[in-house]
Amino acid sequence: MKKTLFDKVWDAHVVDSIENGPQVLYIDKHLIHEVTSPQAFNELEKRRIPIFRPNQIVATADHNTPTENQHLPIKDENSRKQLEQLSNNCKKNNITLYELGHEYNGIVHVMAPELGITQPGMTIVCGDSHTSTHGAFGTIAFGIGTSQVAQVFASQCLLLKKPKSLRVSVNGKLKKGVLPKDVILYIIAKLGTNAGTGYFCEYAGDVFENMSMEGRMTVCNMSIEMGARGGMIAPDQTTFDYVKGKTFAPIGNDFDKKVNYWKTLPTDQGATFDKEYFFDAEDIEPMVTYGTNPGMGIKVSENIPELNDASFEKSLEYMDFKKGESLVNKPINFVFIGSCTNSRIEDFRVAANYIKGKQKADNVTAWLVPGSKQVEAQIIKEGLKTIFDAAGFKLRQPGCSACLAMNDDKIPQGEYCVSTSNRNFEGRQGQGARTILASPLVAAATAVEGKIIDITKQLN
Amino acid sequence: MEKFTTLQSKAIPLAIENIDTDQIIPARFLKATDRNGFGDNVFRDWRFNEDNSKNEDFTLNNPKYSGSILVAGDNFGCGSSREHAAWALSDYGFKVIVSSFFADIFKGNALNNGLLPVQVSPEFLKVLLAEITEKPEIKLEVNLEHQTISVVDTSFKDAFEIDPYKKTCLINGYDDIDYLLSKKTEIEAFEAKNLTK
Ligand code: SF4
Repeated sequence: MKKTLFDKVWDAHVVDSIENGPQVLYIDKHLIHEVTSPQAFNELEKRRIPIFRPNQIVATADHNTPTENQHLPIKDENSRKQLEQLSNNCKKNNITLYELGHEYNGIVHVMAPELGITQPGMTIVCGDSHTSTHGAFGTIAFGIGTSQVAQVFASQCLLLKKPKSLRVSVNGKLKKGVLPKDVILYIIAKLGTNAGTGYFCEYAGDVFENMSMEGRMTVCNMSIEMGARGGMIAPDQTTFDYVKGKTFAPIGNDFDKKVNYWKTLPTDQGATFDKEYFFDAEDIEPMVTYGTNPGMGIKVSENIPELNDASFEKSLEYMDFKKGESLVNKPINFVFIGSCTNSRIEDFRVAANYIKGKQKADNVTAWLVPGSKQVEAQIIKEGLKTIFDAAGFKLRQPGCSACLAMNDDKIPQGEYCVSTSNRNFEGRQGQGARTILASPLVAAATAVEGKIIDITKQLN
Repeated sequence: MEKFTTLQSKAIPLAIENIDTDQIIPARFLKATDRNGFGDNVFRDWRFNEDNSKNEDFTLNNPKYSGSILVAGDNFGCGSSREHAAWALSDYGFKVIVSSFFADIFKGNALNNGLLPVQVSPEFLKVLLAEITEKPEIKLEVNLEHQTISVVDTSFKDAFEIDPYKKTCLINGYDDIDYLLSKKTEIEAFEAKNLTK
């Protein structure tokens, strides 16, 4: 039978099946962080169940960490306690932890791929919905709830029903200034926020084949925003080259053997999907969102649609936008470049390339937050920090930061923020904050101009 | 986990679509390291004004409505995978959430915590919302065994789907960990065969 990439990886991990019920799926790597793990540790302790495979778990501190003065004790008591508990739990159970300040510390979905922990053909879970990011490697990776974190702690397995399969193909040549973020915002705007519910999505076509690993991660990251549990892209030479030489990647003969296996993973010609969509690369332009879910996106050059729908109107009211309005020339006071969607070195190269020789607008507070210590180090090494400094930007320390505003990086009530993160929900970036999702290029341009501009006009 | 068989209760209408887990429990309340107390902050930014006074317009603050069933708009629970959303709803006192569509992860989280997501047709949801908004005193009955939801003393009734395995778990009050632990031998055999390759 012809199999999809997803089938191949899934089927290789099925331990057992319950008749008419879920399957027992084996998990290769379990990533954890401070927010969704403490209750799972407590649960096991309460039931006197030991952690089954501590050496397949990797922990980091990211959601709740400050992005300034990380060497100082954390001021917020609850945050400090949560981080202390993570350290204690990891120590007690022999789990590797890259805590605050460690050279490998970073947002879980940035640090695991760059360390070579993420490899093709694996199953990876984490108590965080954007675990879908790792699918860029041809990995089955998805977010789980805390009860499931406890299940994986106890058994290295999960009880799951196999999701249906969906393929989104984009072919053609992307226009100038169109980044991977625009591609995925465009797809979600076209398909809506629950087109993918119950499905695992494979991205195919030459647009993804020609994309860097960083770009593929940006795309897979946002699969969850169209409801899909995860996204995947077939591993190819780009993938192998990226993994090779990474800290925890296999080496020598082992690596070659793995590559031979990874080469068998792409979807067989003629395999069928439960649902398929096709798009043309030429139709995509730089995107912005205007509402309070990631599906409410338009091309920068377009106007907000005019719909008569209560949810739509409630959303516009929250954003203080009007039907039929254009976002071009909207004054913006906050810009956030960061989050597991767009905080990799390539994203900062894009931003620096645009910013070079220009100045940040006076009205703008801009937060540039690298995804990990390694990205931070690379930014400095490549001289990008000098560019940011000269333009009046300040580089902060790694973490989730204003993506979910659990720490002090909050956008004030009523303010707009052009953000490279993945969610524009009400209050996501702070109570009453209004988020406009965009690519790092659009975000950088907004920071320089102090307002949203039609970047395509400037580029041509 | 508490057992669930049938429930008769009044219901609270919340006719908003795409309610995401950030609304159910905002991120700033996720710093706790145990499961209790999240109910105080469920729908925090809708229930309370900026100055922490109650928002009297919000359905949960309306003395007309009460009960352990929440009837919500389409696509409930989208967004972040935080299980805190399910804990917050349970802790507040809800036992059943009714909607015409649930996001995947939320649905799983709810089931793992004995909170029953009941997915009804969009038409039935409309009827339900209209009925309970107008007549707050009416009761709904949710019967897990028969997989039905009805408005008590009326002919309004709909069936709902649930994974048979999950249904058994809820009715008996046991969870996935118990099941997985019983599969240790198979799991170890799988590891021996696959991980050494
Ligand atoms: S950066 Fe944002 S989306 Fe990514 S893991 Fe952190 S909080 Fe979640």
